Amino acid sequence: MKWRNVAKSTVFPLLFTLVALSAQAKTFVYCSEGSPEGFTPSLYTSGTSFDASSRQIFDKLALFQRGTTKIIPGLATAWEVSEDGTVYTFHLRKGVKFHTTKFFTPTREFNADDVLFSFERQQNPSHPYHKVSGGAYEYFNSMDMPELIKSIVKKDDYTIVFTLNKPEAPFIANLAMDFASIHSAEYADKMLKAGTPDEFDQKPIGTGPFAFVSYQKDSFIRFVAFDHYWRERAKIDKLVFSITPDASVRYAKLRAGECHLMPYPNPADLAQMRADKDINLMEQEGLNVGYLAFNTQRVEAFKNVKVRRALSMAIDKQNIIDAVFQGAGTIAKNPIPPTIWSYNEAIVDYPYDPVKAKALLAEAGYPNGFETNVWAMPVSRPYNPNARRMAEIIQEDWSKVGVKAKIVTFEWGEYLKRSKAGEHESVLLGWTGDNGDPDNFLTVLLGCNAVGSANRAMWCYQPFEDLIQKAKATPDPAERTRLYEEAQVIFKDQAPWVTIAHSVVFEPMSTKVKNYKIDPFGGHIFYGVDLIE
Amino acid sequence: MIQFIIRRFFYVFPAFIGVTLLTFSLIHLIPGDPVELRAGERGIDAVRHAKLKAEMGLDKPLTVQYLKYIRGVFTGDLGKSFVTKKPILEEFLTLFPATLELSFCAMSFAILFGLPAGIIAGVKRGSPIDHTVMGISLTGYSMPIFWWGLLLILFFSVQLGWTPVSGRLSALFWIDTDTGFMLIDTLRSDEEGAFKSALSHLILPSIVLGTIPLAVIARMTRSAMLEVLQEDYVRTAKAKGLSPLRVIMVHALRNALIPVITVIGLQIGVLMAGAILTETIFAWPGVGKWIVESINRRDYPAIQGGILIIATVIIFVNLAVDLVYGIINPRIRHTR
Repeated sequence: MKWRNVAKSTVFPLLFTLVALSAQAKTFVYCSEGSPEGFTPSLYTSGTSFDASSRQIFDKLALFQRGTTKIIPGLATAWEVSEDGTVYTFHLRKGVKFHTTKFFTPTREFNADDVLFSFERQQNPSHPYHKVSGGAYEYFNSMDMPELIKSIVKKDDYTIVFTLNKPEAPFIANLAMDFASIHSAEYADKMLKAGTPDEFDQKPIGTGPFAFVSYQKDSFIRFVAFDHYWRERAKIDKLVFSITPDASVRYAKLRAGECHLMPYPNPADLAQMRADKDINLMEQEGLNVGYLAFNTQRVEAFKNVKVRRALSMAIDKQNIIDAVFQGAGTIAKNPIPPTIWSYNEAIVDYPYDPVKAKALLAEAGYPNGFETNVWAMPVSRPYNPNARRMAEIIQEDWSKVGVKAKIVTFEWGEYLKRSKAGEHESVLLGWTGDNGDPDNFLTVLLGCNAVGSANRAMWCYQPFEDLIQKAKATPDPAERTRLYEEAQVIFKDQAPWVTIAHSVVFEPMSTKVKNYKIDPFGGHIFYGVDLIE
Repeated sequence: MIQFIIRRFFYVFPAFIGVTLLTFSLIHLIPGDPVELRAGERGIDAVRHAKLKAEMGLDKPLTVQYLKYIRGVFTGDLGKSFVTKKPILEEFLTLFPATLELSFCAMSFAILFGLPAGIIAGVKRGSPIDHTVMGISLTGYSMPIFWWGLLLILFFSVQLGWTPVSGRLSALFWIDTDTGFMLIDTLRSDEEGAFKSALSHLILPSIVLGTIPLAVIARMTRSAMLEVLQEDYVRTAKAKGLSPLRVIMVHALRNALIPVITVIGLQIGVLMAGAILTETIFAWPGVGKWIVESINRRDYPAIQGGILIIATVIIFVNLAVDLVYGIINPRIRHTR
C-alpha cells in the first residue's frame, strides 16, 4: 500500500513529465541580425540571406562538412573528373525528397532536371526564370562561372555532366557554395504556370534539413524540421529566426532566455559574456584577412620593393590588434587565413623594427621619408572593425620613420569604386573567403586579371602569377598545396600588402545549446544542433 | 465647412510636390552607388556595372528619372526595391501596421498620462505637484531615446524579467499575421496567451516612444490651462456657483485643448521620426527602420516611396487637426 502511494506520488508524475517533455516540440530561437533580401541564394550575396536560405533549406551537389572547409558528397554521391580537368561527371543521390509545405506538394523526387534548372537559370539569359526577381546572380558571375561552364548535360535522371572551358581545380568547392543550391524544377514550373514566378523566390522549396514555414520582414522567419530529410532528421523541431538588428538588444534577449544563440556580439560585451555561467562563448579564427595595400602602379615610392618592406616593418601590428580588435583578432602574416589549407606556417613576418625600416628607406633613396595617403574604410567589417583608428595608428607609426601620411575616407560605395580604379596611394581593406580554397584569396585579390577590380595593390608579378595559374589548373591537392606555399613566399618577399589581421569570430549561446559548430565561412547552420532543457 | 475643406486640400498639393522633389534631389545629392554598394569588396566589372545600372533605370538623366517617378506616383506605382525586388507599396504595407500600432499605443500612453498631469499642474500652479510634473516632463523631454530604451530593457526585461526584451510576439506562438496588427491577429487566433504576449511586447516600446510626446503634451496643457483659467468666462462660471470640476473640465479644458491638439498633431509626425530609434532598439518591424536601412543601401525607390507615403500621412494628419479645430472652435472655420 505504502509503495503504491510512493509510486502514485512520485514515479507517475515523473513519468508523465518525461513523456510530456519528450512530446513537447524543441523550438530553437536564433536572434539574427537582419532581414534576408530573399530566399533564393543565387540572387544575393549577403550572409544574412544565406543563413536564412541555403544554410537551412537547401542542399548542394557537394557540401562543406559542418564546421570545416572539407568537401563531402551532398546531392551528388560521387563525381569523376576527366584527365584534362575539364569534364566533371556527377552521380546524383536517389530517394531525395523535396519539402512538402502548405503551398507546394511535390509529385516526384530530386533528379537531374533540378540540377539543370538551378544552373541554367543563372547561366542562360533566355531561361524563363533568368530575369525573375531582378536576376542579378552576382556570385555566379563573380566566380566567373558564365565563362567557365561550357555546357551542362543531363545524361540520365541521375547523371549530369559539366564541361568546362578550361581546367579549374576549385570547381567542386564552387559547387558547394550558396549560389549553387539546388531548387525544385517542378515547383518552378508550377509557379510559372500559375503566373507567379516571383513567389518561387519568396516561398522556397528545397531538400534541406529545415522546411520554410513563414516570414515577416524585420520580424521573424519560421522553419520546421523536415521529417523526410535524406540524412538524419534535425534534432530540433522548430527553428525561429527572431530578427534583432541591435547587438546590445540581442545580448539582452540571450540573457533573458528569449533566444538561444546570437551572432556578432559587441566586442565590449565579450568579457561579461565570458563571466556569465549561463552563456557559452565559442570562438574561432575567421576565414578572412584585413590588409593595407600599396598602390604599386601609380605611386613611385611604392613601386620600390624596399619601401614596401620598410613600411611593413614600421607598423606595430600588436598595437593594432590590442587597440582596434580589442583582442578579437590575430596578427596576419600571410594573405590567406590559417584555417585554409596550404597556409604556409614557415613564413616569418616582417618584425616591428622602426630603426631598420628607416635604414631601408634611406637605402631606397628616401632618407627623409615622403608624403603619402592612407585610405580608411567608413564601415566596420569583421576583418577591420575600426579602419579610422587603424589608419591613425599606421599614420603615427610611419611618422616615426619620416613618412607623413594623410588619412582619406569616402562614403563606402565611393570608396570601393575609387580604390578599384586605383586612385589611392595605400588603402585599408579586407576579404572574407567564399569557398575555402586558397585560389579564392590569391587569384581574386592578387592575380593580374584582378588589377582594376579586387586587386587593390594593382600588383601583377609574373613569378607569383605563374604559380597561382598553375595551381588553378592542377587537380592534385598535394601539388597545389606546394605551389600555393611557394606563392606565399613570393608574396611576403615582394610585400604588395601589409597583412594586418585575421578576425576572431565569437558566437555567444545559451548553455542549453549542444553540438553547435562555428562555420568557418561565417554562416550559421542549425542542422545537427540540439537543445538540452 | 465644405469650402474650408476644399481650401485645405488645395494647400496639400504643393506640399506633396515639394516632398517628392526634396526627397528625390536629396538622395541623388548624397554620394553612393547602389550597384557598387551591393558588390562590396568583391567588386563588379564595368560591363555588368553598366548593365545593372541600366536595369535600375539609373543611366537616364535625373529629370527623366524624376518624371518617371512622378508618373508612377500618380498611377499608384512606386516602383520596386533595388534590394528585394518587391513592389514598394507592398513592402510598406507589410511594415506600416507595426508602426501604426506602436504609434497609436505610444500616443494613447502620452495622452492618457500627459493630459491629466498637465491639467493638475496648471490648476495647482506653484505647488509641489506642479514642480514634480514639470521636472519629470523636462527630464522626459531631454531623454535620449536609445539610452532610455536600453535602460528599461536591462531593468524590466533582463533584471526583473517582467517584460519581453524586443519583438512583437514570443517566438513560441506561430500565429498567422493577416492584418499586420498583432493585437488583432492574436485575438483572432486560437492560441492561448498570444494576445497577452503581444500586449506585453507593446509596453516598453510604447513607454519609450511616448515619453517625449507625453512631456510635450503635459507642458502644453499646463500653459494653456494657466492662460484659460485667467479668462473672464472662467471667473463667471465660478461666480455662477458651478463645481470646480465642471469649471475645469468643461469651461476651461475645452478652450485649452486647441493648442494641445495642434501639439498632438505635430507629435504624430515626431512619433514617426522617433519611431526609427525605438524600432531599432526593440527590433520592431516598422517603416522607420526600413527607411533608414534603405538609405544605407541607397535603395532609391524604397526611400522615395517610403518618405512620400509617410509625408502624405503627416500632411493628412495635419489636415485632420485643422478640421478638428473647426469642430472644437466654430470661430476658426468662420473666420477663414
